[in-house]
Amino acid sequence: MSQSSMNGGWETVIGLEVHVQLATESKIFSASSTRTGDEPNRNASLIDLGMPGTLPVVNREAIRHAIRFGLAVGAEIGRRSVFERKNYFYPDLPKGYQTTQLAEPIVGPGVVDIELAPKGNEGGQGEKKSVRIHHAHLEEDAGKSLHEDFHGMTGIDLNRAGTPLIEIVSEPDMSNSEEAVAFARKLHSIVTSLGICDGDMSQGNMRFDVNISVRRPGQPLGIRTETKNLNSFRFMEKAIALEVARQIDVLEDGGEIVQETRLYNADTHTARSMRTKEDANDYRYFPCPDLLPVLVSEEEIAALKDALPELPDVRKARFINDYQLSGYDADLLSGSVATARYFETATAASGDAKLTANWVMGELTARLNAEDLGIEHSPVSAAQLGQLIQRLQDGTLSSKIAKQVFEACWNGEGDPDRIIEAKGLKQMNDSGELEKIVDQVIANNPAQVEDYRGSDDAKRKKKIGFFVGQIMKATQGKANPQQVNQLLQQKLQ
Amino acid sequence: MHTKTLTELKAGLQAKDFSARELTEHFLARIEHHDGTLNSFVTVTADQALAQADAADQAIAAGDHRLLTGLPIAHKDIFCTEGVRTSCGSRMLDNFIAPYTATVVEKMADQGAIMLGKTNMDEFAMGSSNETSFYGPVRNPWDTERVPGGSSGGAAASLAARLTPGATGTDTGGSIRQPAALNGVTGLKPTYGRVSRWGMIAFASSLDQAGPLGLSAADCALMLTAMAGHDSKDSTCVDEPVGDYLGGINQDIAGLRIGVPEEFFPENLDGAIADNARDALRELEKQGAKLIKLSLPSVTLSVPAYYVIAPAEASSNLARFDGVRFGYRCDDPVDLEDLYKRSRSEGFGAEVKRRILVGTYALSAGYYDAYYKRAQQVRRLIRDDFARAFKDVDVIIGPTSPETAFKLGAKADDPVNMYMADVFTIAVNLAGLPALSMPSGLINGLPAGVQVIGNYFQEGRILNVAHRYQMATDWHQTIPGGFA
Repeated sequence: MSQSSMNGGWETVIGLEVHVQLATESKIFSASSTRTGDEPNRNASLIDLGMPGTLPVVNREAIRHAIRFGLAVGAEIGRRSVFERKNYFYPDLPKGYQTTQLAEPIVGPGVVDIELAPKGNEGGQGEKKSVRIHHAHLEEDAGKSLHEDFHGMTGIDLNRAGTPLIEIVSEPDMSNSEEAVAFARKLHSIVTSLGICDGDMSQGNMRFDVNISVRRPGQPLGIRTETKNLNSFRFMEKAIALEVARQIDVLEDGGEIVQETRLYNADTHTARSMRTKEDANDYRYFPCPDLLPVLVSEEEIAALKDALPELPDVRKARFINDYQLSGYDADLLSGSVATARYFETATAASGDAKLTANWVMGELTARLNAEDLGIEHSPVSAAQLGQLIQRLQDGTLSSKIAKQVFEACWNGEGDPDRIIEAKGLKQMNDSGELEKIVDQVIANNPAQVEDYRGSDDAKRKKKIGFFVGQIMKATQGKANPQQVNQLLQQKLQ
Repeated sequence: MHTKTLTELKAGLQAKDFSARELTEHFLARIEHHDGTLNSFVTVTADQALAQADAADQAIAAGDHRLLTGLPIAHKDIFCTEGVRTSCGSRMLDNFIAPYTATVVEKMADQGAIMLGKTNMDEFAMGSSNETSFYGPVRNPWDTERVPGGSSGGAAASLAARLTPGATGTDTGGSIRQPAALNGVTGLKPTYGRVSRWGMIAFASSLDQAGPLGLSAADCALMLTAMAGHDSKDSTCVDEPVGDYLGGINQDIAGLRIGVPEEFFPENLDGAIADNARDALRELEKQGAKLIKLSLPSVTLSVPAYYVIAPAEASSNLARFDGVRFGYRCDDPVDLEDLYKRSRSEGFGAEVKRRILVGTYALSAGYYDAYYKRAQQVRRLIRDDFARAFKDVDVIIGPTSPETAFKLGAKADDPVNMYMADVFTIAVNLAGLPALSMPSGLINGLPAGVQVIGNYFQEGRILNVAHRYQMATDWHQTIPGGFA
């Protein structure tokens, strides 16, 4: 138990249920397209509408995607899995039941390893932890109820109905929001690396339900609540902190936690109860008689295993080995397929992995976050960033000017080389020209020169900054700072 | 023309003794004349039928003879038919014009069949007397004060009255065989998975199976050949080659081993029914078959097991009728809850509601193990009983129904007594086996039927046995008075 999970003598226990929308062309039980953004009900077939007499036929690609996930987390694959019906009434649930799996899921117990951000004293290595997967099962998504534009009535859009999902259920192995977020990020990384989900959380293509309870150390598990449908890592972190604090408050005031489902509002950073255990449905699960048990052969599993793409842990090890990155840096850069691809493309262009890593994790990430953009939508391409870093390395640019070029590139002014050329931002490396400017600055500031010469070494180090500043001003920042320092030290001797 | 079998009519069409249009017009006229009394059709599709008949005549003229070219067929109103109301005998779907066509209907149309209309049935196929239909009861042509059985009561009655020469039905617990027996016609429930369920409105998905009703075993063989086969739209439809049902129908049955289970002749069975079945067995024995006594002990549990499993599945299958997307919607719902409650309360009849309640209860938390799970265990035992029996015998025979047609209203207030009407047929559905009912005589002027059960995919064998019986008897040619 790490120190961070203790909170006034309370211990937090967290488990996650993660819905992952599978990136198949068609729905799990019909041939309709899973495309989003079309006009309502355009992708709703007779089956999706739950028309009388229609029957489901399972999409084998959805089965394969679920197996791929299972293999990626070292889970036992259900050689036989069974679809069941979860019965409840809701207008966007056309059949009056959701087809899902319960007693015999496709993916059995597995493990996901996570690494936390390093603390100051850990030398770039974060704490490592394993989170157990209880199981993962296949199911169909529901449609959407639209409450606007219908004059007090509700519209139903069934385009999403029948979209394949896997629900991944973890064991309650996390003890703070940091671990929960690290686990969520890792799952995101795994499913996107596998190519079984596009990972677009803003579209709800990956959604997190967080089960939280608190207890005194050594006591049995406390009563848990479930906070549903968190669709960003930041909201998840905030929602957990809020719920943990609420539960501790309730308990310290002598109250009891009610088992309930809660909804987090990111705009107001508040949460409210959606329903308690008492008004929970009795879902009357039973095996779906319209579908046969899903059988998976050893050959099929072996073939899928052989064809698995590079997984995040393997990629991370490769980054540490090939690029000499720290464990944590490698984790960040290998986590998402898009980031990893960006980093590797940029490094190939720049020839300097460490510097590229710093730029990707620093300047680029900050800028992307500020504008809420995914790296795949970065206005500065990986090739452009690589070129920029190359110019920094070959002395064409100072790091200060490099930031200007980055900004111009971000704003769509073209490749770094073109920007440097067009704006005349090339660093002044010609020592003859620079020497003239240095002489001029020394000549124009006799008092400061006098002061400098009368100082000891320690003070000189500070006082030289004045001359550097003057020279940079005169060259509009284009002077090579190392050359400037060298010349000044010679001439002020 | 209307006393002829499909097989005879097919020959007549090919010999150009009459045209498909003449044939169709003849049956439409008979429906017009008689169905006011019988109420065996919910919808008659005369215009469409005549258009199909003209197309069939053109095909015949062009030498394009398919399995069912020019032959009129009546479809049970449980099969979706594009552009035609598909009511399932319910107020819930009184306004439902199906947007697509069931595989069974499509396959028969592809073989040139003409659809006369949609036959009446118990609401959502739940019933054994055809009295639960929103469109009123069907009357038995042998005695119009009596029920035709159910749920395919319209199919069997229209066939017995010669208003159609062929019909489709569905059988979840006896819904083809029991009305076939009560109307003196032949009806076959194929092996579960032999015929596609796509487009057939579900009652209990693991038991529902479509099949033909005809005037003879040969006619059933002809229709089944068109209906059967793999369908990629139904995951439970088996990819097994369709047999040559007609080719083998006349085989000698000398040496045939017939199992006679003691459970199908219980002590309290009506003596006339037992004697009738024994007479039929004797006839087959005369042709060289051997009778072998056997026991199927778990079969006695089939009614209670069925009345857990079927309602459980139905409670879920019928959840989609919620007033939101299709079917009946109550007037002026005040909110969602009201929309659900009133649409379903007003749209469903009493028997359907009873089964939804029973099924919901059986699947509820705390009761699932005691009811649903236990019923599934019984189902396995029943399957095992039959599997054991079929190691020693080729077919199993007994009475189809414990009684002949009863009076309208006689059991309306006694659901358990009504459920016992299917005591001999239900086990077959639970096991998924094929079984046929054939007319085996009259008791006090009312038809009795005998059930021939075969092993999985042995439809050819049971059709052969029935055909051999019908070669030696004429019960299947007996026409109820007033309909000759």
